[in-house]
Amino acid sequence: MKSAVVQLPGLNRDRDMIAALTKISGRAPITVWQTETEIPDVDLIVIPGGFSYGDYLRCGAIAARMPVMQAIKEKADQGVKVLGVCNGFQILVEAGMLPGALMRNSSLKFVCKEVKLEVVNAETDFTRAYEKGQVIRCPVAHHDGNYFVDSELLSSLEDNGQIVFRYAEGTNPNGSLSDIAGVMNRSGNVLGMMPHPENLIEAAHGGSDGRGIFASALDVVAATA
Amino acid sequence: MTVTLKNGVLDPQGKAIEGALGSLGFSGVGHVRQGKVFDIEVDGADKAKAEADLKAMCEKLLANTVIENYAISLD
Repeated sequence: MKSAVVQLPGLNRDRDMIAALTKISGRAPITVWQTETEIPDVDLIVIPGGFSYGDYLRCGAIAARMPVMQAIKEKADQGVKVLGVCNGFQILVEAGMLPGALMRNSSLKFVCKEVKLEVVNAETDFTRAYEKGQVIRCPVAHHDGNYFVDSELLSSLEDNGQIVFRYAEGTNPNGSLSDIAGVMNRSGNVLGMMPHPENLIEAAHGGSDGRGIFASALDVVAATA
Repeated sequence: MTVTLKNGVLDPQGKAIEGALGSLGFSGVGHVRQGKVFDIEVDGADKAKAEADLKAMCEKLLANTVIENYAISLD
């Protein structure tokens, strides 16, 4: 499985993401700069976290309108898997590739800590390494992770199994509606999540709970189990 | 252009400002909503075109219409 990591000015979690993908898939991802209009032939495109364009205007708003995003949209329409983590999630909602919006944390504070995540839907390309209802540990680090959708859209997300992760055991760090931590698009090939699974993939991180997301998306579940 | 959060969308910053105004002793302050103002100069004398362009700018970039409303005033 081949992967690509998108790089934009102000993203700073790209190196962690490249390391995670390299360790889990056994091959380094291709890096794609924001001005590129064609994405190489890969199975998974990852938009990592950080502070693209200094979070000016709204988090992810300017990055979402860069040329590379049009190319990513086209790949996603063809069924290529796309994962956005943290700022990557914010970019995907701003680009209209995922529903809803990510607003300022209800505490108004930047949160950097570990939370618990419930795997709400384990029948996705990103979560088949887990069991439905399984609770995993995962770090978060963000200022704008407060997920919002109107009530009509919320019911449709629930009905279609698009809510993939929820903050569990009272650990919602940002006031996110319905404890939502990660959502996917209707066709199931684009996932956005605020927590950072790339920072919990090996013993040196203190655990490997996040590994399953990459193992699932890269189709190496059996190899890393 | 003025961009504000839609009704029904929780505005934590507005809430914090509301509390701060109360603690300064301003009584009778109802809901506070925080928003953004964009001053944009556009070339040309065609008001209708300018308004159409500004509307497109709001829709495409300046406002996130999932959570925000916008209003345009020309002078």
